[in-house]
Amino acid sequence: MATITPTKAPRDASLATPGWVRWANDHRKWLLAAPAMIFVAALIVIPLVWTGYLSLTDTEGSVRADSEFVGIQNYLDVLSDFDRFWPAVGRTAAFTIVALLFEVVLGMAIALLLWRPFKGQKWVRVAILMPLVATPVAVGMMWRLIFDPNIGLANQALGWVGIAPQPWLSGQYTALPTTIFIDVWQWTPMVVLILLAGLTSLSDEPQEAARIDGASTWQRFRHVTLPLLMPTVIVAVLLRGIDALKTFDILYATKGRGGGSFHEVETLNVYAYGLSFDYNEYGVSSTVLILFFLIIIGSMWALTARRKEAKR
Amino acid sequence: MKPRRAYQVFRVAALTFVVLSLLAPLIWMISASFKTNVDIYDTSKALVFSPTADNYFKVLQQANYVQFIVNSLWVAFAATVASLILGVPAAYSMSRFNMKKSALVVLMARVIPGVSLLVPWYYVFANLKMVGGSGVLILSHMFVSLPLVVYIMMGYFDSVPAELEEAALVDGMTHLGAFRRIMLPLSVPGIATAGILSVIFSWNNFMFALVLSDADTKTLPVAIFDFVGYASIDWGGLMAAATVVTVPIMLIALFVQKYVVSGLTAGATKG
Repeated sequence: MATITPTKAPRDASLATPGWVRWANDHRKWLLAAPAMIFVAALIVIPLVWTGYLSLTDTEGSVRADSEFVGIQNYLDVLSDFDRFWPAVGRTAAFTIVALLFEVVLGMAIALLLWRPFKGQKWVRVAILMPLVATPVAVGMMWRLIFDPNIGLANQALGWVGIAPQPWLSGQYTALPTTIFIDVWQWTPMVVLILLAGLTSLSDEPQEAARIDGASTWQRFRHVTLPLLMPTVIVAVLLRGIDALKTFDILYATKGRGGGSFHEVETLNVYAYGLSFDYNEYGVSSTVLILFFLIIIGSMWALTARRKEAKR
Repeated sequence: MKPRRAYQVFRVAALTFVVLSLLAPLIWMISASFKTNVDIYDTSKALVFSPTADNYFKVLQQANYVQFIVNSLWVAFAATVASLILGVPAAYSMSRFNMKKSALVVLMARVIPGVSLLVPWYYVFANLKMVGGSGVLILSHMFVSLPLVVYIMMGYFDSVPAELEEAALVDGMTHLGAFRRIMLPLSVPGIATAGILSVIFSWNNFMFALVLSDADTKTLPVAIFDFVGYASIDWGGLMAAATVVTVPIMLIALFVQKYVVSGLTAGATKG
């Protein structure tokens, strides 16, 4: 008596399929992943290696121009350049740290205000989304009008409360803080959304337990909510930090090339862009970019290590 | 209870302040786009003025903005579709086979400063006579959208139970058949999320088009600078141009809010 086992049907089906289909299925892991990987390799890894090579040459004017291999000379030059390089490092660090600090503290406060449901919450969320999706260059232009020393709304508003007008973006020392303010306006909502997602995923039980034990609101936040939320806070800092280090659009829109005539807002990214496309100093700009890249990787690595610690 | 009530009052006041600070500048930008330059310079007409659409005529007719809108739409659309075609299968494979290192290579693209890629790109694409064309812009925008798609879709595929696929295999489907007929239809919300975010980021991207486009192929964020002269700024035109770029994307975000939020917060709460 012939018995038909249930496993027989699929086996027959697979035998009936042509060879290339079977081959494709056997190699599906790389077949599916390879196109994206090759694209990334061609467009990112090769240029990056090339940048690394250029940083060891004295290439300028054109990438095709005759150039000499100068070893680490560019690195020595750049690292001893206290005129443009180190101030740019300082501005990048100041911009990123101050902006992140405000964004995380404000973001946390707003996320806590939004945490428990209330009527109209939907509309507040819509308002929070708007700066986030607005085009950064347009946002820069918008604030440029508002912060205009003569016709801007900012100085008008100061006038109503009797404070003297400020130079804002056009002042040598007020330009960087003003661009930090713009960054905080646009990106605090991002931190709010991430922290809100983290808060919503927390279970209620630790909160309840602390409440029954008589913990005050502040104690519950400090000793229950914050430690549980810490991994999410670090993700927010990581995501926002990478972008803040690389800020370009609002700086270029508000101050133009070279971060203004006194390089008031010239961060590493703006400096490297200027070296590449305004001065065609490809060798030096590649050196600055490699150092910049190392700074980004270093800060990410430090934060990721911190996150592993927080999760323990 | 008294303290609870006080907190509710504080909460409403604080949130009102937050909403106003976020929206007032945008409203100011839009209202300035309906003012004449004379009215913009006259601080007494800050809130009360007779609106005019002249700035928009200037932007759309004289400044050739229709062309730039088409450019921006085409680049955002093409870069997104291409990134989805490359990124969704890759994300599936990376999620199912736990290819952490390969994923890291793709995600590195999020970390690298764009300027470091622009010099080699410019050289290669200039030799291929592609600089100034829209093809090179689409490729460069994929540098932003592909990692985004892979990141969001990996998280999505991680959350789809593997049992669904195994059931399809028992029914006689091949692995690739199960991916096409079971996993892809199931992941439509994820694909929508990734696609919408990719369009937003491509539409807003400035630096790549600044270097790689020419007068005919530039996108809206670059075209805005036409209104900034060396000596003076055409504020009315500039605000109209800024409004033309930002308002469409804000409206889209309004209608697909859920997807935008889930895309922006993807992976933030998982291990």
